[in-house]
Formats: sequence, structure tokens, C-alpha cells
Amino acid sequence: MSRRQAGPPGEPRRIAYVYIAPALLVFGLFFLTPLVHAVWLSLYEWDGLSVGRWVGLDNYRLVLTDDALREPFLHALTLIVFFSIIPCALGLALASMITRSAVRGVNFFRTVLFLPQVVALVVVAVAWRQIFAPDGPLNDFLRTVGLGDVARGWLGDERYALICIGVVGIWVCTGLCVVLFLAGLSKVPRELYEAARLDGAGPIREFITISVPAVRGELAVALTLTLVAAMRTFDLVYVMTSGGPGTSSRVPAYEVWDRAINKGQVGVGVTIALVLTAFILLCTVLINRLSESADS
Amino acid sequence: MTSRRTRWAGAATVAALLFASACAPGSDNKKDSDEPANVKTDVAKMGKLTLTVWDQEVRGGQAEQIAALNKQFMDKYPNVTIKRVSRSFDDLRKTLRLAITDDKAPDVVQANNGRSDMGQFVKAGLLRSLEPYNKAYKWSDRYPESVRALASYTEDGKTFGAGNLYGLPQAGELVGLWYNKAKLSKLGIEVPTTLTDFEAALAKAKQAGETPIQFGNLDAWPGIHTFGFVQNQFVPRDDIRNLGFGRKGASWTSAENEKAATTFADWVKKGYFTKDFNGLGYDPAWQDFAKGKGVFLPAGTWLLADLKKALGDDLGFALPPVGDSGKQAVTGGTGLPFAITEASKHADAAGAYINFITSPEAMKLIAKAGNLPVTDVDSAGTTGAQKEVFDAWTKATGDDALVPYLDYATPDFYDLLTAQVQKLGSGSEKPKSFLDNLEKEYTTFTASNGG
Repeated sequence: MSRRQAGPPGEPRRIAYVYIAPALLVFGLFFLTPLVHAVWLSLYEWDGLSVGRWVGLDNYRLVLTDDALREPFLHALTLIVFFSIIPCALGLALASMITRSAVRGVNFFRTVLFLPQVVALVVVAVAWRQIFAPDGPLNDFLRTVGLGDVARGWLGDERYALICIGVVGIWVCTGLCVVLFLAGLSKVPRELYEAARLDGAGPIREFITISVPAVRGELAVALTLTLVAAMRTFDLVYVMTSGGPGTSSRVPAYEVWDRAINKGQVGVGVTIALVLTAFILLCTVLINRLSESADS
Repeated sequence: MTSRRTRWAGAATVAALLFASACAPGSDNKKDSDEPANVKTDVAKMGKLTLTVWDQEVRGGQAEQIAALNKQFMDKYPNVTIKRVSRSFDDLRKTLRLAITDDKAPDVVQANNGRSDMGQFVKAGLLRSLEPYNKAYKWSDRYPESVRALASYTEDGKTFGAGNLYGLPQAGELVGLWYNKAKLSKLGIEVPTTLTDFEAALAKAKQAGETPIQFGNLDAWPGIHTFGFVQNQFVPRDDIRNLGFGRKGASWTSAENEKAATTFADWVKKGYFTKDFNGLGYDPAWQDFAKGKGVFLPAGTWLLADLKKALGDDLGFALPPVGDSGKQAVTGGTGLPFAITEASKHADAAGAYINFITSPEAMKLIAKAGNLPVTDVDSAGTTGAQKEVFDAWTKATGDDALVPYLDYATPDFYDLLTAQVQKLGSGSEKPKSFLDNLEKEYTTFTASNGG
């Protein structure tokens, strides 16, 4: 890196700090301080009212060993499949299909696909809750096509509640992926595809050799965004199932809210939030590393 | 590298500073009991002052009623200004914790009765015992024991339902049996007062192709009410009281509770509840009942206004049937009690204010606003379902039949019970294991709480 040897601007260092001081101040005040404060809180057993009791790393031990607290994290992993992996795969397929066949009115479809991203998640949750209701459109449809036996109160079934939330995740996240990948694919010169076709490549071969490598950067972005969306899912669970039935759709973000606000276990709640943050950080670093190493 | 190192150094400094301050979060609010030996009751002589009141009376009739009372109070005592802060129940619950620990805490707050709210506030020394005011204003004469118990804690906050009075509610509520009169007469059923009658009515309704009991449990908390409704019929009310207040002396695995859980599961199997109730929301469920679907709806009296608007004269209300326990029991409680904060500088004025908004005259206003007053319920002048609700309340409080909500028991009981009732309803938890799970939490808590 040659930046360090470079002379002015930015030398001497002290001057440089003056330039970034406002940004540092904001960062320190609004991002660093709360984080440090959270770490500090996580070392206490505190009900939010009376004096907290120092418990050291007990909260962390609890979060990592308690079955009731591990379950939400497992659910979050399940949601990653629905929010991240499926939408990315679907998005890639849709985007390359749209690019290949030069659909008329592609902008219209792009907008429609992106729309779920724009709607507030609480609204999305209310709408889907009605779709999944025992007398809702989904069951009506199943009954009309003669699958009445399959119809059920979807969100009230321990086996399906989490999957239903996942399905909404697919609906929300796919559009974002498609739009990202379309942008990535539009950078690929037409000639590349023509050359590949002259060499006898079919659609699948084209997809694997040209399209996928071309959108690697976008894939990293899409994976990061959707993964974060999956891990911090709260609104959908809060409105659609309140973590139920039983505990079958409790997720870490819901647990944070429940512990800290409802039950007066601020320490445990904050610890879950920190563990979640660490996990998300780890995932994003990992994704970035992978996409960078693929670049070189 | 320098920049990175400096940044970490900066972060470390912040951290070190915080640790160096070495104070645990929260502050010690416990003060020496400085309750005045003599409560001053003459508000006019207290000088000019402002009372800050946080309430959650935001819906229709409630908002009007409290605004009218505040105005009357200020008209009567021109030296007092009432600063009213009103929020919805959820918002109040979330912000009250911060407000009440503040130096400038409001004088009067409406606090939720349960352990996770009022119990913790009492434990942390943030609320005043109202006993001196109870004595001065003779509230014990106006408020029956079972109602006062719902806002009473021992000073350490450990025992619920006994000890000092910490709040006084305005409104009452019951979880009873709503029914559709038109359907009952069509099916040829009398309003059931015993379990035997009720089960016969359910069977008859089912046979006629009706939904016998309207129930939606997607939101999980209605399960507490519906299970409680069944439990009321089997378990002696003192046992339910101990279980609800989280005291020693009762057991979830008792034969009576087993009967209740088995009956609940049995009714599910027989199709007495709405199909797929775990997937149906609370609002859609009572709205369906309001539209004429379903014969019975075990639910709270707070639905009175909405149901009456839809069903009119077809709406009826009764106390839960009496079953094997032989004695009437009904889950019920009060609206959120009004409490005085420890930080209040005008506690005597606050006491007078609470006395004023719960006076017999105030109760008349509450009834007129279409709500159920907690005392001095006078059903004369009311008709139909409202009269039935008022009469039910008078009978339940007079007969000491009121039992608390079951989720009051322990700080974790809400989550546990709602999840367990959903599982009991779906059949994934058998009555035996359902009760074992509840018993485990209950005994663990009572043992550690020493209550």
C-alpha cells in the first residue's frame, strides 16, 4: 500500500484527525458508546429498575448453554435458508432468464419484484397473517383445487409456523436479489455470450461460466443484506405468531425484546443481542472474504 | 497501523471509563419509609401544585371519562393543575420503567398489576404503600378484599395478593361466558349454569353444525383466558388463587387440575372449539362471534361495547358454569390500578386525586361511559348484556369468586403458559406433561421466592 508513504494531504497525521473528528465524534457517540454500554450491561443481572448485580460472564454462559435460548438461534439458521439462500438462488435464475430473453417491459417486472422491499414489514406481516388464516386465501385456494385435506391454520401448526415466516422472507427478499443481479448482469458485454454460444455453450453452461462470475460482487452484497435480514427478523414473528405456537417460531431478536422489555431481564436480553451482533459480523466478514478471494 | 491502534485505544478508554465508574446499572431507589403519620386530606390547603398523571385510558369512553374527572378535580381545587400524559397500554408499559426511575417521575401512574410490573416496582422501592390513604379515606369499606388483593404486595415485592395496597383501580373486568341468545333459543338450550348443562349444550350445538365455542389462539394470550375458564369449573378457587399469585400451597398436578386439562383436551378432540384455533387470531375470532358464528365465546367483559354493537339484543353474558369444584369461580381482575410513585413530591395530593377518581360519583361516570366500574356497580338503568355484565360483577365480587389471571404467577409464567396451552390444544403436549411443565416452573419459583 502506498497510501502511508504519501505526503500531504493528510500529513501530518494530527491534521488528518481534525478532518475526521466530526465523523469520529458521531461514530463514537452513537455507535461505539452504546455498544460499549451494551457490553457493560451484559455483565450484570439487571431488571431495569433496581440496582444490578455483577454476574461476570454468566449471561454469556447462559445464552450459549440454555436450551430455551439456543432454540431461537437454530430458528434463525433455518430462516437464513429462506431469507438468503433461496432468494439468492431464485434471484440468479430469474435475473439470467430476464437478461437472456430480453423481456418486454422489464422495468415493470423489476419494479413489481422489488415492491415487497418497500412495504413496511409490519404491513407485510398483517397481510400474510390473513393469507395463512384458517379461512384465508391460501386455504380457500387449496380447497378449490381439491387439496382440502392440506388446508389448516398454518401459523397455528408447530411444524409450519416457522416455515410460513420463511415463505414471507422469500417473497420479501427475492425482489432485492433480482434487481441486484440484473444490475450486475447488465455490465456483461453481449459479445461474451455470443462467443460462448459460438463455442457451443448451452444456457446452463452460459449461466455457470459467464453470469455467475459476473455477479459475484452483487452476490456478496445480496447475501450480506438478506442474511442480516434473516438474523434480525422481528416484525414478522411479532405480528404473525408472537413466537408461537409453543416456542416454535421464537427468534433471537424476538427473544431480546421479550427478555429486556417484557421480563425485566435486561442483562440476558442485551447478551443475546451482542451474541447476535457478533454472529452477523462473523457472517459478513466471511462472505466478504470469500468474494474477495474469488476475485484474486 | 497507527490509526487502528489509536481507535482501539480510544474504545478501550471509553470502556475503562465506564468500568472505572464501577457503578452497577440502576440506582438504589429504596428510601427510608417516610410515610407521614398523618395524611393530609385537605387539598385546598396544599398550596399551588402540579400533579403529573400517566394513564392508559385512551379508548373511546375511557378517555372522556378520565378527562371529565380531571376537570372536575381541578374545578374543585383551583390550586391543583393536573398534567395528564396518556398512552396506550403497550406504550405505557414500555416507557413506564424509564419514567418511574427518573428523578422527575410522574406523581400518579397506572401500573400493570402483575409481578413483572407492579411487583418489580414495589421490590425496587419505586411505589408508595397506599395504606395510610387507605386508612384516611376508608377504601377498604368501598373495595372488596378480592379486588384489593389484586394490587397488594408485601413490602419486599415477593408476595402478591397480600400485604400493603399499592394501587387502586377504576374499572373491573371478568372473563365470563358470552353467548348468542338467538342461537340458544334455536337450539333449545337454556343458559348453562353447571358443567353438565354446559357440556350438553356444547354437544347439542356441535350436532346442529354450529361452532360451539368461538376461540382464536394465534396471539397465544387468549389461551390463558380459555384454559382459565375451564379450570374455574374444576379447581377450588383458593387453589387457583395460590397458583395465580405464585404462592405455596397448591399444585398444578392436583387431581382437579388434571381434570381441567383433560377436559380442555377432550373438548378440542370433540370439536367444541373453532377448527384450527391456534392459527386464528383473537380479533378475527370475536369478530366472527359478533357476526353470528359460534354459540359461546369465553372472553372478557371489555368486549361489551363491540359485541353489543354487532349483536344487539342477541348478546348475553353469564358467569362460567359451576362444575366439580361446586363453587363459582371466575377469572377476573381490575383495570390497571392507579399508584403513587416514591419520587412524588405531592403524595398527599396524589392520594386525594386517586380517592376522587374512584369515588362513588366517579363510578357513575364510568358506568355512563359504557365501562364496568369496579365498585358501586348499579345495574339499575342498564339493560340487556350490560345489565348482565354488571350483575355478574356484583355477584362475583360479593361472593368472593374472583380469581387472578394465571400468568401473574411467576415472571416467566406468561410465556410458559401461553406456549403450553397452544401445545395442549394442538395435542403435542398431553395433559399430564402439560401440568408437569407448569408445576416445575411454579415450584421452582415458589421455592426461590420463599412466598
